[in-house]
Amino acid sequence: MSVLTPKTRAEIERQRDRYPHARSAVLPSLWAVQHQLGYLSPEGMKEVAELLRLTPSEVEAVASFYSMYFDRPGGRHHVLVCVNVSCALRGAEEIVSHLESRLGCPSGGTTADGAFTWEHTVECLGACGGAPAMQVDHHFQENLTPERVDAILDGVRGAPAAEGPAGRPHRSSGSAAQRAS
Amino acid sequence: MAEYKLLTKDFGMDGIQTLAVYERIGGYEGLRKALRSMTPDELVAEVKTSGIRGRGGAGFPTGMKWSFLPKDVHPRYLCVNADESEPGCFKDRALIDENPHQLIEGTLIAAYAIQAPIAFIYIRGEYHDQRLLLERCVEEARAAGYVGRDILGSDFSCDIIVHGGAGAYICGEETALIDSLEGFRGQPRLKPPFPAVKGLYGKPTVVNNVETLSNLPHIVLRGGAWFASVGAEKSTGTRLFCCSGHINRPGTYEMQLGTPIRELLEDECRGIWKGRSLKAFQPGGGSMQVLLPEHLDLPLEMDAVQRAGSALGAGAMVFMDETTCMVDVSMRLVDFYQHESCGKCAPCREGTYFESELMHRLEAGALTPAELSTLTDICDNMNGKCFCPLGDTATWFVMSAYQAFRGEFEEHCGAGGCPVKRRHAAMAVA
Ligand SMILES: Cc1cc2nc3c(=O)[nH]c(=O)nc-3n(C[C@H](O)[C@H](O)[C@H](O)COP(=O)(O)O)c2cc1C
Ligand code: FES
Repeated sequence: MSVLTPKTRAEIERQRDRYPHARSAVLPSLWAVQHQLGYLSPEGMKEVAELLRLTPSEVEAVASFYSMYFDRPGGRHHVLVCVNVSCALRGAEEIVSHLESRLGCPSGGTTADGAFTWEHTVECLGACGGAPAMQVDHHFQENLTPERVDAILDGVRGAPAAEGPAGRPHRSSGSAAQRAS
Repeated sequence: MAEYKLLTKDFGMDGIQTLAVYERIGGYEGLRKALRSMTPDELVAEVKTSGIRGRGGAGFPTGMKWSFLPKDVHPRYLCVNADESEPGCFKDRALIDENPHQLIEGTLIAAYAIQAPIAFIYIRGEYHDQRLLLERCVEEARAAGYVGRDILGSDFSCDIIVHGGAGAYICGEETALIDSLEGFRGQPRLKPPFPAVKGLYGKPTVVNNVETLSNLPHIVLRGGAWFASVGAEKSTGTRLFCCSGHINRPGTYEMQLGTPIRELLEDECRGIWKGRSLKAFQPGGGSMQVLLPEHLDLPLEMDAVQRAGSALGAGAMVFMDETTCMVDVSMRLVDFYQHESCGKCAPCREGTYFESELMHRLEAGALTPAELSTLTDICDNMNGKCFCPLGDTATWFVMSAYQAFRGEFEEHCGAGGCPVKRRHAAMAVA
């Protein structure tokens, strides 16, 4: 039985037909799966493989390389806080401790009510001019202070699960090298 | 001298993200001119005359790159590098957010020059809203006849496919980008063969940065000779500098190349914040070597900054005030490379791991002087020995900081904490 909806399968087929070679549609197809399921389940990846005429292990090998694909379900909203240099110079650590105490779980964890999964990342988000910065469900939030963070979280808490490829995240991902092994 | 606004001239204009407004201010006239009055070869020659060098990091002359494509091998592909993930860089995001059609027009001009039937815009996964914006703009341009079959009644056809990444810095490296676009793990390929000869799907391919391409409408409309008159002799035109860190006014500023760094810091960034003084800065992005206050009078010019031991790279400028701990900064950059190492080659995969381990213990004040010396050893075994520049550059900042701030590194050994942070905390209390 298919775990993917007809809409998701149609999106994968549309992606497949966009490229000169079907395999190029792996990343966009995985986004479509994550959009529907909130993460990449083995069943979802198997269907991508079928639609793109690849083996499931080929698809899984690609998926495990990229840090934005989630390998397990998480909270309804995803908070990603940058701790690279430009953000650290302007108070990223204060934002990290604030989130930790406010959400009551360490980086990579999910709140008890299932509303948020949050993590800090060394990946610069490309928002250094508005440091410290974070992304909530893939939208940039910049010039953060603890008060602004509170207002942003209050704003999204009640909102429905993330639209777009954000989906619901897994726990913190390892380095690409760790993922390679 | 203030900013010189060429690419950023229309930033902030109401509705600039729509085709109607972009056309009203002369948008797509460059493409029209190229298609109507220039052959692809003439266009390549014009871009050579402009002297423009790539804005993605390496500074390779764009016209020359295009002319490396083997004659009569088709199809050819254009890849637009919008993977921007270099720590400290956010200019490509600004160019997309603030003038997406300028990039699309530049993309089409480049595709015409190299006769590519498809251009792929590879955009990092985190730029989700920017990807949606570009997709919408491509559809708008398609409906108006700028994208697709027989563009503007010419016999040139080109499709644009916006392709989202999924979180991997290495996919900004051009051959890893190609691997990723083909649907594989994004790992770099051996060069040669270079993408110009054997790239996407084994076909001749040009990879160009967002900012490089955003310049093309201006080069076509105003001429290569005019462009070459802006900026410095061997660094022509302008660049967008992404300024961040301990400054009063962070942001992207477009400067003529050749302007002294001091003017960027003092006039545009409005100096170091809180009345403090500058301790160090990093030009070029997370990969590049540290520079000191004595380097502020260097011109924003690729070769001059290189002679000073660093590089303009991808146009970042991260300024650090007197309270900054250079060990802490180095540790964060090393962590980044460790996280982003693709795992393909041992010196990078293992080296960044050991580097990161040592730096964490050093910042915690728990390293012995003997262990500190192994840091140099590890870096020596990485620099120049990795499969691609990611591993090499994972040593550049930390080694340059170790050289320039040796006392500060040594002071951390056995200090049971960060002595720099301790000192400034004590000063704040006093
Ligand atoms: C590890 C690594 C990461 C890179 N990341 C980017 C990037 O995010 N964007 C970019 O344009 N170039 C990046 N580059 C440079 C590209 O390989 C390539 O030189 C560039 O896209 C060419 O465009 P240009 O000639 O217009 O500068 C990176 C290179 C390396 C080694
Ligand atoms: S360092 Fe945080 S967004 Fe760049």
